[in-house]
Amino acid sequence: MTRYLASRFVGMLIVMAIVATIVFFITRLAPGDPAAIMLGDQATAADIAKLRASYGLDKPLPVQFVYWLGELVQGNLGQSIFLQRPVTQALIERAEPTLFLTLFSIIIATAIGVPCGIIAAVWRGTATDQVFSGFAMLGASIPSFWFGLILMQIFAVGLGWFPVAGYGDPGVPLGERLHHLVLPSIVLGVVNSALILRFTRASMLDVLGDDHIRTARAKGLSEAQVILHHALRNALIPVITVLGLTFALLIGGAIVTETVFGLPGVGNLVVSAVLRRDYPVIQGALLVIAGLYVLINLAIDLLYLAVDPRVKY
Amino acid sequence: MRAPSRSPSALLLRKLFRRRLVLAGAIVLVIIALLALFAPWVTPYEPTAMKIVDRMQSPRASHWFGTDELGRDVFSRVVFGARYSLTIGALVVLISVTGGVLLGLVAGFFRRLDGPIMRVVDAMMSFPDILLAIALVAVLGASMTNVILALAVVYTPRVARVVRASTLVVRELLFIEAARALGVSTWRILFVHILQNIASPILVQATFIFAYAVLAEAGLSFLGVGVPPELPTWGTMIASGQQFAHQAIWLVVFPGVAIILAALSLQMVGDGFRDLLDPKLRKAM
Repeated sequence: MTRYLASRFVGMLIVMAIVATIVFFITRLAPGDPAAIMLGDQATAADIAKLRASYGLDKPLPVQFVYWLGELVQGNLGQSIFLQRPVTQALIERAEPTLFLTLFSIIIATAIGVPCGIIAAVWRGTATDQVFSGFAMLGASIPSFWFGLILMQIFAVGLGWFPVAGYGDPGVPLGERLHHLVLPSIVLGVVNSALILRFTRASMLDVLGDDHIRTARAKGLSEAQVILHHALRNALIPVITVLGLTFALLIGGAIVTETVFGLPGVGNLVVSAVLRRDYPVIQGALLVIAGLYVLINLAIDLLYLAVDPRVKY
Repeated sequence: MRAPSRSPSALLLRKLFRRRLVLAGAIVLVIIALLALFAPWVTPYEPTAMKIVDRMQSPRASHWFGTDELGRDVFSRVVFGARYSLTIGALVVLISVTGGVLLGLVAGFFRRLDGPIMRVVDAMMSFPDILLAIALVAVLGASMTNVILALAVVYTPRVARVVRASTLVVRELLFIEAARALGVSTWRILFVHILQNIASPILVQATFIFAYAVLAEAGLSFLGVGVPPELPTWGTMIASGQQFAHQAIWLVVFPGVAIILAALSLQMVGDGFRDLLDPKLRKAM
């Protein structure tokens, strides 16, 4: 057990190190001198040289990489060129809408996906199953930004039930800020419930074919008892994995959805950083999000241990 | 191919299309592909022909999908958009499948390379698709070629993972041992014997990646970090129609429906392939 945990942890560190390496070298792929790009067209040669020196860009690439890694280990993600502040600070300032959006949408996605998936599996082959499975496939084919635009036109512009865009200033009461998140959360939640629905259905079908279910039926338990007590508990364990996957999808979806609804979140920060070629911000966001993903998946593996007594490492 | 032959592939197709959803998906897909192929002949207007007098017309007989802010025919643009969106999707599939098959075969067959390759694959897959694509396009520069390259890089690890998993299984089969005993070269075993036997999961994966790539291209173009706005892809059309959505919702609706139809039909066909090729499911069918 301890050995498993240790090896899992080492594996995670290796993956994170590779992630950091990829992130570093991606931004070095950019054609041209990063310092010149950072300073724009009007920069003088002296300015560029100064910036190159201050970022250590005049040193060989491996040296730069080691220096960058050293800063990274201390939690320093560098300085945003455009925003004139540390990347960490910029990320923290923008974290609130993204965190809430991700949280609400995963709740909505689970609330739709898990019950519908169970029902579709139990009533396999019926019209209900076909409607739910069809919905699941449709959900995976709808671009979230398009769905957001359409819902916004109907419920915000047309009916006026929700604010059209924005998030309100930090001074605005939390309730009002959250009101801005209702529509975007529904968009992301509904679109992402598709994967959870499919997965729950498949997992439930798997379990329903097991011997212990036949035994439970044979000993005269009611169908409700068989499904709720014997099948569901086993079926939901693999669903935990898909929640980790959904997290990655949600972050990606959040980037696009934030842009549609003008939410000042991390996604918005990244997109504007790309348009301004603010590489430290892009690097920082990539690192933090990939890091979160790796950590969440580790947490899920550990959760397996806690939830499923059959899993032993 | 339509002949009532009893060849295995014809049988397979018959079985595949026996499911109505799969057949529907295939038909929609063929229609979209034909429209894209014959775009200049099926569209009533040039996709770039502007006619300011006719701007922002709602859908009507002369303009089935209405016109945009410059008086361009939305139907013609959506059909031409299929050309760009499907070409981008197809090229992404081609590159990422080639790369993924190479990496996956090598990782699955040579134990010593398995660890290093799969760690990199794991690392690549810890970035959300769209975020990695955005970052790559940001450094490479926004152009159609770079969007294709970026998305290919994003999806190669997915293919690699599937190919490796299948290779691990096939590698242990008796006929591989037999081939080796007969003195067949390692490369021939890899690229002929193993590849032939893992073709079906690759095909399934390719179909899904095609759908994801169409969706991702639209997302990138919508964010303004994809193909240049003057090319009429479905994504750029939604992006430019967005600001007029409150008065001309058709500018957003039709390209969006085109994306959904393409992605949906691809996934239906992919699902059909998967159910057909997965022996465990086939028994249940």
